Amino acid sequence: MSTTTAAPSLEGESTAPRSFPSPYDQAPPAGAEGWKDLYAYNLVFQDNRRAVEEAKFWFCDSQHWPTVTKPFETIGFEFAVGCLGQYNSRQLLIPTANGIEYRMHNGYLYMSPVAVAPEQIEARVPQFMERAGHYFQNWESLLQNWHVKLRATIDEMESIEFTALPEKIALDDVLSGKGTGPGTELLGDYDRMIALAYRAWQYHFEFLNLGYVAYLDLFMFCKSVFPRISDQAIATMVQGVDMELFRPDDELKKLAKLAVKNGLTDVFADTSDADALLAAIGGRSGGAEWLAQWKESQDPWFNFTTGNGFYAHDEYWRDVPSTPLAFIKGYIDRIHAGHDIDRDIQHLIVERDRITEEYAELLDGEALETFRGKIGLARTVYPYVENHNFYIEHWTMGVFWRKMRQLSGVLQAEGFWPQANDMFYLRRDEVREVLFDYVNGWMVGAPAIGPDYWPAEVERRRGIIAALETARPQPALNTPPEVITEPFTLMLWGITTEQIQNWLGEGDQVEGTLKGMAASPGIAEGPARVISSASQLSEVQDGDILVAPVTAPSWVPVFGKIRATVTDIGGMMSHAAIVCREYGMPAVTGTGTGSTEIRTGQLIRVDGNTGTVTILD
Amino acid sequence: MTAPAYIQFFDGGEPAAHDLLGGKCASLVALTEAGLPVPPGFAVTTVAFDAFIHDAGIAADIHRMLATIDPDDTDSIDAVSEQIRAEITGRPVPTEIHDAFTVAYESLQSRFESPAPVAVRSSATAEDLPDASFAGQQDTYLWLIGRDEVAAHVRRCWASLYTSRAIVYRLKNGIPNEGLSMAVAVQKMVDARTAGVAMTIDPVNGDKSTIVIDASWGLGELVVSGTVTPDNLRVDKVMKTVSEEIIGSKHIELVPDVASRGVIEREVEPERRTVRCLSDADVAAIAAIAKRAEKHFGCPQDIEWAIDRGLPEGENLLLLQSRPETVWSTKTPDPATATSGFGIESITRSLLTQIGR
Repeated sequence: MSTTTAAPSLEGESTAPRSFPSPYDQAPPAGAEGWKDLYAYNLVFQDNRRAVEEAKFWFCDSQHWPTVTKPFETIGFEFAVGCLGQYNSRQLLIPTANGIEYRMHNGYLYMSPVAVAPEQIEARVPQFMERAGHYFQNWESLLQNWHVKLRATIDEMESIEFTALPEKIALDDVLSGKGTGPGTELLGDYDRMIALAYRAWQYHFEFLNLGYVAYLDLFMFCKSVFPRISDQAIATMVQGVDMELFRPDDELKKLAKLAVKNGLTDVFADTSDADALLAAIGGRSGGAEWLAQWKESQDPWFNFTTGNGFYAHDEYWRDVPSTPLAFIKGYIDRIHAGHDIDRDIQHLIVERDRITEEYAELLDGEALETFRGKIGLARTVYPYVENHNFYIEHWTMGVFWRKMRQLSGVLQAEGFWPQANDMFYLRRDEVREVLFDYVNGWMVGAPAIGPDYWPAEVERRRGIIAALETARPQPALNTPPEVITEPFTLMLWGITTEQIQNWLGEGDQVEGTLKGMAASPGIAEGPARVISSASQLSEVQDGDILVAPVTAPSWVPVFGKIRATVTDIGGMMSHAAIVCREYGMPAVTGTGTGSTEIRTGQLIRVDGNTGTVTILD
Repeated sequence: MTAPAYIQFFDGGEPAAHDLLGGKCASLVALTEAGLPVPPGFAVTTVAFDAFIHDAGIAADIHRMLATIDPDDTDSIDAVSEQIRAEITGRPVPTEIHDAFTVAYESLQSRFESPAPVAVRSSATAEDLPDASFAGQQDTYLWLIGRDEVAAHVRRCWASLYTSRAIVYRLKNGIPNEGLSMAVAVQKMVDARTAGVAMTIDPVNGDKSTIVIDASWGLGELVVSGTVTPDNLRVDKVMKTVSEEIIGSKHIELVPDVASRGVIEREVEPERRTVRCLSDADVAAIAAIAKRAEKHFGCPQDIEWAIDRGLPEGENLLLLQSRPETVWSTKTPDPATATSGFGIESITRSLLTQIGR
């Protein structure tokens, strides 16, 4: 979509470069020298591979990794992007797409899709049809099984507890002739935890890739019969309504209403001390009912992070109850102000059906039948695309990070590092070495070596990470291809040919405007509120327009206050887009630089129909 | 016995008979019947034309003159055309028709507080057929005031059936002159702030989910004739959003001129040339009316519309014409697109198509 005028262009020849910089020509920020040594050799651009690496186009995935990842946190993309590739290239044999290569550059993550060699495409077709076809035909039963497998994985993770090694082996174990000590169990549990997370990430992509290809098929059909149909229209026809991804937020609303009904709202005046607040509720009449509901809502729906599940510091509602309590207070305030806090689900369904039927009315014969068939399949598979996020990024990863923080705390207490979460400055394989050191020291009865080695090293690394965080990443590296065709790159990351042109300053962009993806319809004006992390969410005021590098599904409790959303990155299927459509709120995603160009307080206009953001001040 | 149907009001509740009303008037009756906001008016029917020709006794003369034409001799055609048209505008009109017209004209005027200018347009029976896209072959007269002036222009419309262009067109397309007739629309003039056309299909690619609007200041004739470069908008028919807009130069406009009792063409001042001549609400209203017309007729439509500066907001959009779109509607769809069918086969084909295979 574009808005152009016949008025003469103000600019002549574009002077913008046709390529992005090479990673080899970009020094790290001051103080970050030597950063590569913090990461595994295979994750960084190696000097002797310059020719190979510069021949590829890399885009920054700041949608999922908006800030610098610490050495341990690379597990997120190593598992996630790796498993995405496995399903494309080894399980489904998608004829046209292998996986996505990834590298770190100056602390940020870059991706490069791997094409299938043309001569191999033909041979993959029948295999893909057999393998993927089986999934589409047995979607419901396979998905039911998926829930069972994943639940078992989460339960096993939950069963693992990391504690300090005891003074001595328990007498019972001696008397029963067990023959092994808790040190080996600690090592085993760590490995098991890593393996369980790896397993969960395999499950994550088991259905997701299929969801995207079914969607892509519908997408291409719609574009062929309606050449001008908007991406938004297609997404709206397929989009689920009242998905599990919204359950956590719905639980908060339920609790807010119950607090109003039971006359408990005065207790929420100050939500900073969760224990005190919950105790105060317990002492009130009607409080017991509320606490019972609170407990019921927590499992599993408060396994929900204000981050995105990829960072060790992500806070989960279950672990930080003051967060959901503050959101509940926000809903209570809105109820008191006379607002209806429920999403108008009925309206969404009516509108989705209206749109679908109006397109159907424009078709007949075989085309109509095809349209109905493709919509049907896309709607069957699509709920997974939205709901998996709760199960993996939120629930599974919530458990994973909680257990890993527990381990970090144990080792901190043993003197390995100064601060509770410092373990995440180590690579996961270094943590394994640390555990061996710790266990060995315990076994031999002499102090471990780590406490004399790691504190200084952790400080050095802390400094490097902090230095890396002072610079924003380049949106992409090297020379882009003429056209982008890889389905995931387009659908999930919103990396379109036009988007790349915009990044390169070659689009028809007007001064004071930003172009992005028209992700959710409508037009809104209001003051901008630039939010770069969940900790700033409390600053959001009624009527603000939220501007952020990326949003998380768990930010929805503030969506009742805002008028529109602008993000730096993300496509039609990004979480911000999905949430805004569900909330009937305009959104422009993938602006590239919205959160750095727009300042809090500036009056801006968000046109979610055309994907344009205008700075009015 | 009832009087012959010389006159039919658009909102008279009688059927939209094509033979009686010609294409344009039949369409206006049908649109009015469908509850669409058509400016009020009436048709002088083909019965009136036929009665006039019969009464004047000139039918045989006309056929004889047409028979002498050499299709390649422009001068002979012009001469014949001029002679026939002089006969039609010069012969007396039967009293019955004269009186019926007077009654109708006064009845129309009685609906307004002050004398309302009208437009007179020909409504040929062969015009506007889905398979014969020759709109504009007959005449249109704007901003006429007073019974006699209007009546005179009805006659000029009748005569326009025999312009050189019309004669040549029929010759070339093998349309016989026997049974040729003509109705005329007399319709309250719209005082157009903005006017134009809209199509419920994208003429560039046949996209049925798109409404294309061309709009310019003043009356719509300059848009229809291509004299101005209008604002060009594409509206998503289903999502109801503007997906593309190109601001045209709109350098002149056609507006009423009291002094000359007609319309004049004048320059548009620079400030109005560079801005869109439609508000968001206007665009939404035009799209809605185009959709209604399409739904009513059951196929893509090509409409003419105008926004009357004298009517209140929300009631100021008027529909002047709606005819079937003829280019894309008759095309047979591509036999099999790369992504026909559904399920794994079509998904596989889509993946291959996506990389250009």
